[in-house]
Amino acid sequence: MSSGVDVTLDNVWIKFGDFVAVREANVNIKGGDFFSFLGPSGCGKTTILRAVSGFLNPSEGRVLIGGKDMAGIGPNKRPTALIFQNLALFPLMKVWENITFSMEVKGASAVERRKRADELLDMIALQGQGDKLPSELSGGQKQRVAIARALCAEPDVLLLDEPLSALDLKLRQHMRTELREIQQRVGITFIYITHDQGEALTMSDSVAVMRNGIIDQIGDGHAVYDTPATPFVASFVGENNVFRGKISAINGNEAVIATNRSGELLSRITPAAVGKLKVGDDAMMFVRPEVLNVGEGTDKTTISAKVLNEEFEGNSYSVFLEGNGGKRIKMAMPNMGQNQHSTKGEVVSFSYDVNNAVVMPAGELASE
Amino acid sequence: MRKPKMFSEFFKNNGLLMGGILMFLVSFWIIVLILLPQLSMLDFSFRYNLPPALQGTEADSYTLDNYRYLVFGPEGASDAFNKVDLMVFVRTILAAMAVTVLNLILCYPLAYFLGQSKGGGFIRLLVIMLVIPYWINEILRAFALRIIFGDGGVLNGVMMSLGLIDQPYDFINADIALYAGLGYAYILLMLFPMYNVIESLDRNQIEAARDMGASWVRIHRRIVIPHAKPGIASGMTMVFMLSAGALAAPQVLGGTSSLWFTQLVYQWFNDTLNWQQGAAYAIVLLVASIAIVLGFMKIFKVNMGDIGK
Ligand SMILES: Nc1ncnc2c1ncn2[C@@H]1O[C@H](COP(=O)(O)OP(=O)(O)OP(=O)(O)O)[C@@H](O)[C@H]1O
Ligand SMILES: [Mg+2]
Repeated sequence: MSSGVDVTLDNVWIKFGDFVAVREANVNIKGGDFFSFLGPSGCGKTTILRAVSGFLNPSEGRVLIGGKDMAGIGPNKRPTALIFQNLALFPLMKVWENITFSMEVKGASAVERRKRADELLDMIALQGQGDKLPSELSGGQKQRVAIARALCAEPDVLLLDEPLSALDLKLRQHMRTELREIQQRVGITFIYITHDQGEALTMSDSVAVMRNGIIDQIGDGHAVYDTPATPFVASFVGENNVFRGKISAINGNEAVIATNRSGELLSRITPAAVGKLKVGDDAMMFVRPEVLNVGEGTDKTTISAKVLNEEFEGNSYSVFLEGNGGKRIKMAMPNMGQNQHSTKGEVVSFSYDVNNAVVMPAGELASE
Repeated sequence: MRKPKMFSEFFKNNGLLMGGILMFLVSFWIIVLILLPQLSMLDFSFRYNLPPALQGTEADSYTLDNYRYLVFGPEGASDAFNKVDLMVFVRTILAAMAVTVLNLILCYPLAYFLGQSKGGGFIRLLVIMLVIPYWINEILRAFALRIIFGDGGVLNGVMMSLGLIDQPYDFINADIALYAGLGYAYILLMLFPMYNVIESLDRNQIEAARDMGASWVRIHRRIVIPHAKPGIASGMTMVFMLSAGALAAPQVLGGTSSLWFTQLVYQWFNDTLNWQQGAAYAIVLLVASIAIVLGFMKIFKVNMGDIGK
């Protein structure tokens, strides 16, 4: 199997008439990486993938695969294989014929194809099922056949368009691990599309978070989760408490925000916003539920609020609080085994470590 | 095992009253409008052509004479076989096949285009425009074609004024008008079933095949045509059956020297008033057509069940 090659989007714009589906995309994907595009429905993920696989041409900019400009090269001539959102297995062909279709195209003999199909069926743990029709397989099995079919073409880059979205939760989690394993085994570049942030974070070396055709941030899971570049990323990836307000002081990489309802709070400025904030700017500060701790901190990292209710989630509790002026705050506490319930209606103080809060210029949030 | 379940499910889905009405209508249609008339034709075809006085008497017995006549001709004829009628029969079958294949070749690209393009409203408009000519009745359409193909017709006029020919070309006697007329008469019955199945083909399958390097020829051979097979089969069946059994187009557009088998049938019924003989001819045409269709379905591995889809 070939080793992965780099994929580069160089200032790519994709327009459908007046509608801009992808705006100024600049992405460098390292060979052999598992790279994800993460974003809500309709943000342009599939469109980007179609531009990489060659089904549509960027209106502007270049797509490079292995350093080679792909302009004018059709989908049948690119070293990519695409796994479709709905898999698109050929329903009238047997499983083994599906898997080896790319070899049939190149004129390989039936014996050769059968042999390769059996190897791949072994790999996806579907030994002896080559003579079935796709309709006779379960969802997860179809999924694996689609992967095998794409791998059989020996692509340098495998493109996956939300291939797990149709599966139930258990199977999806299982397939995540399996996909990641396959990727590490074959060592080729995977470009993966999903609107499920858990999927993106667990599997990827790198994630690009998209919104309305714009790539807001590219980075590994930690970067995207811990130091979101925009309010959209902060609110789309994982859960977050947002505090709106104006910057009242800046000190190096830290800033004080005069929040609308929760007093003055101190926060780290997110790396992408360093140097871009001035005193008086509208800003948003984000603190994740799991970094809030009961107990007082400094006067600028402490908030007090009334306990509304509590949800038990097995490994953790979610505590829902109401601060000044009805401000809703969520706090997550690990389940340490002791009886640590808070009392409804009780007013508690809680705080956070400044390094665990980020502030950035105000902007659009992800809608729930 | 399967049948009773099918029935009970049918009644469960439609309710007892509605199910009963549906069952009654369908059985009425099949028995009274199809089965009985055809059975009486079948009965006719095995009887002598007797004057009314002798009907129902001893003399009114079953015979194979009518069928024998089609194959061997009248008794005491000089030829061993009824060459004329047999030739007409063979020619009708072959020509109907040719019309069917021609229609297929014409309709496949069109059906693919209509079925796979994303035109939406515009495509629907195109399809409606295809249907409108069929509001005009068959005879009128046939005569319209005669006007186009006739000696002093539009086509000859245009070709002569362009200097392509200097004598009017006899499209009628060359049977070109006939084939065009037959093709035109049933073309939508080929187009629509194909359009329907091709429209139901997931675009992603075509793209997946393309992504794996397949050429357009291979995509059609391996993806589109297998998917469209039931539609192709039902279209071809209808066009073949209807062309072989057509009467209006051959009457109006056929050349003077060439007869269509249905015209022979018509003559027996109408001119000779020998219904028994006519029935035998009609039955032969029907059975042969069905046999041919079933034969081709077997060769191309099409199931009856698929066609109904
Ligand atoms: N062929 C097209 N013509 C016009 N607009 C299009 C076309 N394809 C996509 N779009 C638009 O571009 C935007 C992005 O579409 P895209 O399919 O890339 O979304 P997506 O991120 O893959 O969403 P999902 O998660 O729902 O699959 C959408 O608003 C869509 O309506
Ligand atoms: Mg999509």
